[in-house]
Amino acid sequence: MTRDLTVAVRQVSRRFGEVHALTDLTIEVPTGAITVLLGPNGAGKTTAIRMITGALGPDSGSVEVFGTDPSGPDGLAVRRRCGVVSAKPSLYDRLDGWDNMRYSAELYGLGRGADVDRRIREAAARFGIEAAMDQMVGGFSTGMKTRLALARSVLHQPDLLLLDEPTSGLDPESAVAVLEMIRQMTDDGRTVLMCTHLLLEAEGLADQVVVMEHGTSLVWGAPDELARQYWPSPTVRISSSDGTALHALADADGVLSVELDDAAQTADPDAPVVATVEVDRTERTPALVARLVGAGVPVAAVVPFDPTLEDLYFAVRRTRANPGDPADGTHSPPPLVAKSTEPSARARRSAVADMAR
Amino acid sequence: MSDNSLPTNGRMDWERVRTVARTDLKQLIQARDFWVPMTLLGGFFFVIIPLILLLSITQIGRNDIVAQVSETLQVLPPSAQEQIQGDSPEGRTGYALAVFLFAPVAVVVPLTISTAVGAATIVGERERGTGEFLAHSPAGVREIYLGKLIASLVPGYLTVVVGFSAYSLIVNLTVGNEIGYWFFPTPEWWLMILWVLPPFLAICLSLVLRLSAKVSSTAAAQQASGLISLPLIMVAYSQATGVLFGAGYMPIIVGGVAWVVAGFSLSRGIRSVDRSRLLGLAAGA
Repeated sequence: MTRDLTVAVRQVSRRFGEVHALTDLTIEVPTGAITVLLGPNGAGKTTAIRMITGALGPDSGSVEVFGTDPSGPDGLAVRRRCGVVSAKPSLYDRLDGWDNMRYSAELYGLGRGADVDRRIREAAARFGIEAAMDQMVGGFSTGMKTRLALARSVLHQPDLLLLDEPTSGLDPESAVAVLEMIRQMTDDGRTVLMCTHLLLEAEGLADQVVVMEHGTSLVWGAPDELARQYWPSPTVRISSSDGTALHALADADGVLSVELDDAAQTADPDAPVVATVEVDRTERTPALVARLVGAGVPVAAVVPFDPTLEDLYFAVRRTRANPGDPADGTHSPPPLVAKSTEPSARARRSAVADMAR
Repeated sequence: MSDNSLPTNGRMDWERVRTVARTDLKQLIQARDFWVPMTLLGGFFFVIIPLILLLSITQIGRNDIVAQVSETLQVLPPSAQEQIQGDSPEGRTGYALAVFLFAPVAVVVPLTISTAVGAATIVGERERGTGEFLAHSPAGVREIYLGKLIASLVPGYLTVVVGFSAYSLIVNLTVGNEIGYWFFPTPEWWLMILWVLPPFLAICLSLVLRLSAKVSSTAAAQQASGLISLPLIMVAYSQATGVLFGAGYMPIIVGGVAWVVAGFSLSRGIRSVDRSRLLGLAAGA
């Protein structure tokens, strides 16, 4: 196992009766980075987390966490170094916040006493839940429960945080606050693996994404690296009501491909058609616009295309659905790129911080 | 970062067992809808019924009732009849009732309470979603199992201790005065409470916890555990009666056999629970 990897899931398959929950799943989680598992419901994200803590063992393939098989005899040592927030907060409604935290502290070997209570107080304060610690958790709101679950997950200072849909059921304000807290947790070098089907929240956090579907990983790597592999050349989006003229740009010098999106025009004939034009150099764009304007074609907008995680996600899934698609078919799953996009990830994080503010 | 100084081998961590048991009991204390009916059940069988019957015989002095109960006592084995003390018919009848006929109560009530607690314990974790927390935690499955077993056993046995104390007081205050001295608990009762009852509780709970790990809902667990515990209660009832009626080494032998069976049943029970059960997934599925 590479020294930089905290988690290495390789070719793992797992069945539940007739249901194939995981099929040849491969995930590699670099140390100190935020890795996001993206996928629709039922993609196998939760099962993957269960494999990583050793709560479930694989039928085939191998799982290594901190260089150890978590479902083997040393699994307890692995679990002690993991902090988990499940899709449901997994809290005891008939205990108050303190007792929920103390229970976790004792199970994770921290013991009891004033020092543990101080740690609990600090963790609760970090997640803004300290005022409610004396209340029964059954009376907590969903947001409070999530905050308490997050506080509990970091109480024993884990090296690896596994977060399964941590913003599920939260209002947008709370969700942004929770994402900001997750971002802060990686500032001191922790490794985070987060599952979500919400692309927007992954956009602001992920150093690396793994796109999953039907229990297998379709692609994985740093978002920027993946975007470069799916859109290797500069791309610009040009909007115009004249779709034919846009399509004719394919003949222009330096244009590699033109893809038209006329979905909006189907509903409204006056709506603009959007052409995604791939060029060999960014400098070609003014000439393309000049050509359109010179031919009397109305140009509504010219926007450089900076693919989002959402674009990437749907491109990956489109490739999966249409393997022969000339636009995407040449892109096989790229190899893991560990921590190669630090500046970009930081930029995204600051975007989340801005949202939080 | 992590507290890696902690032991990581596969040995049983008894501190964790205590933690699981204590936390389960804490939740039980909060569950008023559970312990209020159970307290009433214990109070009814250990206090109210004995008090009414024994007072009827010893204080009210209804000769017809005493005569009827005395006739019933003729069915007791000779060894038991020889043990009956007291000079008056009221005293002898009260003694027989207190020592022999109420014995099964000490078995039925704690088994019922512990079964009710145990049936919900593992499947309840799943239903509340907290099984996920336990499955991901460093707690070993054996530690979780034993913690939950203890948490199920304590309410039942606590009922025995409290109920037995109250019952002893009632018997001595009502019948003891007729006999002339406080005679209860008899040695056979001590043997039953301390030696025979605990293994029967353990056997019952080991089966109920296995069930709780396998069924899909608390309601199903309650129903199925009722089916399992009922014959066991009948066996315990008959054995408890035999212990009190019997002489010599019989109680010790009965208790010894029950402890062996309990040990075997517990070891099988521990093996039946794994992390996938806590997650609500059938083992090996």
